[in-house]
Amino acid sequence: MMSKLKTIQKKAVIRKEGGLFDFSGTEIMRDAASVTAAGEDTTGSSEDTADKPMRGAEILVRGLIRNGVDKIFGLPGGAVLHIYDELWRFRDEITHYLVRHEQGAVHAAEGYARATGKVGAALVTSGPGATNAITGIATAYMDSIPLVVITGQVPLPVIGTDAFQEVDTFGLTLPIVKHSYLVRDVRDLAAIIDEAFHIAASGKPGPVVIDVPKDITAQICEEPRTKFARVFADDVPPAADEAILDTITDRLINAERPIFYVGGGIVTSGASDDLMKVVELLQAPVTPTLMGLGGFPTAHKLSLGMLGMHGTYAANMGVSEADLLVAVGVRFDDRVTGKLATFASQAEIIHIDIDPSNIGKVKQPHISLVSDAKSALQRIATKLESREGAALNAGKAKREEWWKKLRAWLDSVPFGCKYSETEINPQQVIEELHRITQGVAIIVTDVGQHQMWAAQFYPFKRSRQWITSGGLGTMGFGLPAAMGAQLACPDKTVVAVVGDGGFQMTNQEIITAIQYKIPLKVLIMNNGYLGMVRQWQEMFYDRAYSEVDLSISPDFVKLAEAYGALGLRAKIPSELAEVLEKGLAHDGVTIMDIVVSKEENVFPIIPAGQDTRNMILK
Amino acid sequence: MRNTLSILVANEPGELSRIVGLFSARGYNIETITVGTTLEEGWSRCTIVTEGDDSVIEQILKQCARLARVREAKSVTKLPHIEREMALIDVNAKTPADRQEIKNLVDIFRAKVVDISHDRMILEASGNKEKVDRFIGLLESFQLNEVARTGYVAINRLTADTRSADTPVRMSAKHEQAAVNT
Ligand SMILES: Cc1ncc(C[n+]2csc(CCOP(=O)(O)OP(=O)(O)O)c2C)c(N)n1
Repeated sequence: MMSKLKTIQKKAVIRKEGGLFDFSGTEIMRDAASVTAAGEDTTGSSEDTADKPMRGAEILVRGLIRNGVDKIFGLPGGAVLHIYDELWRFRDEITHYLVRHEQGAVHAAEGYARATGKVGAALVTSGPGATNAITGIATAYMDSIPLVVITGQVPLPVIGTDAFQEVDTFGLTLPIVKHSYLVRDVRDLAAIIDEAFHIAASGKPGPVVIDVPKDITAQICEEPRTKFARVFADDVPPAADEAILDTITDRLINAERPIFYVGGGIVTSGASDDLMKVVELLQAPVTPTLMGLGGFPTAHKLSLGMLGMHGTYAANMGVSEADLLVAVGVRFDDRVTGKLATFASQAEIIHIDIDPSNIGKVKQPHISLVSDAKSALQRIATKLESREGAALNAGKAKREEWWKKLRAWLDSVPFGCKYSETEINPQQVIEELHRITQGVAIIVTDVGQHQMWAAQFYPFKRSRQWITSGGLGTMGFGLPAAMGAQLACPDKTVVAVVGDGGFQMTNQEIITAIQYKIPLKVLIMNNGYLGMVRQWQEMFYDRAYSEVDLSISPDFVKLAEAYGALGLRAKIPSELAEVLEKGLAHDGVTIMDIVVSKEENVFPIIPAGQDTRNMILK
Repeated sequence: MRNTLSILVANEPGELSRIVGLFSARGYNIETITVGTTLEEGWSRCTIVTEGDDSVIEQILKQCARLARVREAKSVTKLPHIEREMALIDVNAKTPADRQEIKNLVDIFRAKVVDISHDRMILEASGNKEKVDRFIGLLESFQLNEVARTGYVAINRLTADTRSADTPVRMSAKHEQAAVNT
């Protein structure tokens, strides 16, 4: 396999730099101290400077502040008491949000990170605190979300003795972190924190866990060691060589049936504008994945809508008939490709991704480029602009037939929404939500049918407007993630669209939103079922509805009221607009229980593992 | 296909688990694994012998290279290389004739006798896989009590120019920056 690959880029070989790596934690800490010295008397920042010896817990909290954390989500326990003690002293500089379950803390930090691109932070105790956080860490890992999760640990001398609330957090989280640390020496702590933030955010982002034994947080550090890390994990690939960019540019200009298949990499690297420029110059069609939604405006004339299992007919047909597939910031997920052998089988494939291990992981591309999406697209745009107008026009002319075909597909199978007098259809709920929020709300979803309807019926305008658990498909993600997103974007409307099933997995965080006056809007798409599972049972298991009935559920309006939130319910179509309008206008937490038709299905659907052309349309 | 991988990793607790985890996560068996220090302080070289088709090995190497504390990950199998393993063998030697016969084998294989009692001997042998396997095979007739093998270490031959970047078998993911599949 490898021997067939001819490495074009000779000079750009990266061997990571080795040797001692200096984060110069002390330098930065001194800066931080001079900045914080202006603080108020009762808090830690003003009492002292960073030069004096301090205990681990203080180094940790100062490290967070130094790395730009002003909000952290967590829940205390024995192993992190010293840290919470310092958080109390530093409460003017860093706000801690007390969640009611650690899964909520990590999802909230993720929501914050997904809405901003900044590193989210969470703090949990040892043992059960750490195990509760694991679902969130795995969710972030699958979607490449930058997080720093600090977990308490039992004191170093008792590690390995089955001490109270001891669990091997380092070992448990190994396969779901970008990197992790077990802090063994207080002198390393400052540099570890700096490096953790660097690793979480650089290259392909991801979660980093710092496991901190309790005794480390109590020890006084006389002199920090900054030169402890032995490799500089610089994930930024070198700029691509001209030759490969020229090759790609040639292919793009000359393709008769090109299609851009774009994913989360566009959102992460902030490449929307560059993508727009490239496809406008080419007049080439674009289809985003679930994670790429918003990276290219859904309503744009070059957009074919979402690709994959529940994507549009045009996008899926387009990929199967394309002669050139330009895959940018994607990983050929099975929810996109269906049957691999027939996926894009007529196309030459160009794969651009920042993660070398994504290249050829499931589908061997013909041309590959390891690069972040933004710089690759920027340079391709420049190349295109330098080509003669005549060549570009000739290319566009070649694609007229292609566009006729694509338009016909787009027109033949639009996303369908039924309307009735008696029942609210779920798709209609999203359409109304779109209308009332004027298409600019940040939509955070849980996992299930409602997630797919939100993806299909809310045309997104910009990156980070759409927040969802794609890779892991974590039920319970929506509500706490929306809380984090709302905190990150206080001026924007943030709506958590959740199912009645997933809502019940993390609804305890409503009280967190109430406590901190986070004006969260929760829209429950209440179909009385674990809807997505019911749909599969209906379609692929002869309607044997095994354990999906949620008709026995709490009264969500009363539940909202019990939490001190506004609870509203719509049961018939005529009530829908009013409930949404009132609920969204409320200056506080709203829970909107929208009772929708029970057995509506998500269409189109490509049955798992099948050829994308075998789409079931209704 | 049998592959010998060579990975340069920081000598820190837990880093080896990260590498091993990449294999177990894919259900791949590690035949042998050795780790030792290098000339550079703080760095270890880990040699892993595993079965797997090329595309999977390439994938694992790229994932290894992605780890924050891994500096280099490559397959040494494709280039001329030297591979060695050491074995300590506890074998029965009950009669003078047996002892003499074993001593002959030791000489032929350039092994060593490192311990002896009235009815047993402990031998030390090193070499490539075939040699060590064969030596142990020939000793079987005397009855083996225990065999401890180190696993392989490997290094590319001087004739194999590992420094020129266009050598396609440089499988460190970090080296394959852009490629056209021809
Ligand atoms: C934590 C978790 N458990 C189970 C699943 C499997 N699962 C996927 S969708 C779904 C049903 C979701 O039901 P609901 O939240 O009511 O949303 P709906 O599909 O009805 O919109 C389930 C159980 C999952 N994704 N996550």
